[in-house]
Amino acid sequence: MAMKNRTFYNEILTEHNMNPYHKHPLVNPMKWMRGVNPSCGDDIVLQLNVEDGVITDGAFVGNGCAISQASADMMLDLVIGRTREEAIELKDLFLKMIREEITEEELERLEEASSLKDISHMPSRVKCAVLGWHTLEEILKEDSNGGETTTESDGDNTAY
Amino acid sequence: MNVKDIQRPAFDVERVRADFPLISGTELAYLDNSATTQKPKAVLDAEREYYENYNANPFRGLYDLSTEATDRYEHARETVARFIGAKDASSVIFTRNATESLNLVAYSFGELLKEGDELIVAVSEHHSNLLPWRAAAKRKGAVVRYLFCDATGAYSLDDLRSLINERTRLITIAQISNVFGRLNDIKAMAALAHEVGAVLVCDGAQSVPHLPVNVTDLDVDFLAFSGHKILASMGIGVLYGKRELLDKMPPFLSGGEMIETVSLDSVAFATVPHKFEAGTVNAGGAISLEAAIRYLEEIDREKAIAWEDHLTRLMFEGMKNVPHVNIVGAQDPDDHHGILTFTIDNVHPHDVSAIFADSDIAVRAGHHCAEPLHQHLGIPSTTRASLMFYNTEEEVKRFLECLAEIRPMMGYRD
Ligand SMILES: Cc1ncc(COP(=O)(O)O)c(C=O)c1O
Repeated sequence: MAMKNRTFYNEILTEHNMNPYHKHPLVNPMKWMRGVNPSCGDDIVLQLNVEDGVITDGAFVGNGCAISQASADMMLDLVIGRTREEAIELKDLFLKMIREEITEEELERLEEASSLKDISHMPSRVKCAVLGWHTLEEILKEDSNGGETTTESDGDNTAY
Repeated sequence: MNVKDIQRPAFDVERVRADFPLISGTELAYLDNSATTQKPKAVLDAEREYYENYNANPFRGLYDLSTEATDRYEHARETVARFIGAKDASSVIFTRNATESLNLVAYSFGELLKEGDELIVAVSEHHSNLLPWRAAAKRKGAVVRYLFCDATGAYSLDDLRSLINERTRLITIAQISNVFGRLNDIKAMAALAHEVGAVLVCDGAQSVPHLPVNVTDLDVDFLAFSGHKILASMGIGVLYGKRELLDKMPPFLSGGEMIETVSLDSVAFATVPHKFEAGTVNAGGAISLEAAIRYLEEIDREKAIAWEDHLTRLMFEGMKNVPHVNIVGAQDPDDHHGILTFTIDNVHPHDVSAIFADSDIAVRAGHHCAEPLHQHLGIPSTTRASLMFYNTEEEVKRFLECLAEIRPMMGYRD
């Protein structure tokens, strides 16, 4: 049986969606990347300052469903102030949670982002929850800056 | 209008619902009928009966069973022809769906296009009536011109007139858009096309299931629709075309059944419609479409349509009473024909449809395969509820109750 959204759209999620603390442009960000899911229209630009391997500041702009926006906001809560390696580890934990392979202790480390746990029962919304994290992973790669990424498969772009 | 003032037409919806196995025994309010309709038992039985008693490859065997299969298949064609008012059954081609029908015309009629020819495409078209034309234009060096509608989904004949010139070969437009639900004046558009010797292609995917459509009266040159949106099985669709046009057009797919004779260096094609039905046909699907048409005639189509219009009015007036809900298109319920597309301020359509799903209400979110239209309207995406005669007032009520809960559930207090 499908999970009940009534419990899914909980206060943590709606609060992060309505009042996203990190949703604003950064002035002169050191790194940025756009993350889009064309089929559902989720579209964010993640901006980070990374100094000596530490994420010193981060923000995002864009629009999309509540899940994509709240998830990106919760993610920034978690990763700002962490090292690149710690952020990647958290990303791995988040994906583990989505795959329902996470332990209770690990889940705690995700703090409020753990409120998205039940998304694993809503396959069509997983890519919304993962968009921010996926963009983070791409942006943290050594030389990457700018450009665009997606959690959907890449299509061919043919003009006609 | 006040919801209470809406008069209920005479229609025994509970009796009709009992004919639909999937919805009669569930809590689900199925309001995604523009995507596909549910199937009555009569349709499921007819297809099964065909396979149990008459199955052989139509056209291929000389034994009785194959002849019987052929007859049944051709009988279905005659029923469809009568249903859409075609004078000649051979102008009805069976395809897989509206998409294939439209691709068939775009490819085959498209082969007759020349460099510099112009095609007029309405901006509200489903991608299936947009992309095949762009591809045809690209192949032939023809030009696509867009006809734009206003925010209520209305098209002006004056705008159309100003796009038409002696290079215009074709106008293509849905009779009812799957986003607006608004009925376009196809008859007048066809007349304008014919003035300059152009043809009119009508996408009837949303109109044929909800209105009597008569190709002879409308004088359209082509009409496409899908069986699955009008109670029949998935995998059967129709392309109607005027015989004189179909005769001139080259085949779309080639292979078995569509030939007269083949030698190593020449081929004579079969005549219309078989020229356009290459390979083994979907006989079971055609029979299911015939059964769907019979079913519609038996339940009294006029009353069924009046019921759909009634539910549309109830839903429309109810939606207008919910703050922050914006109905896309016309602000008159009679211009919606069972299709209500909307947005809710600050709530993304995917969240909207997920919340509906939680209340066992099926609606659709996204751009409904009409992305250019959404760009034209300046709306990224929308939610759509679409009705069929087997829907109930109770379902509309549940929809409206859930609709009113959505903003509060997302944390908005006003
Ligand atoms: C107006 C319109 N045209 C064409 C189509 C394509 O129909 P199908 O997917 O059955 O080919 C649809 C349905 O999705 C539609 O609503």
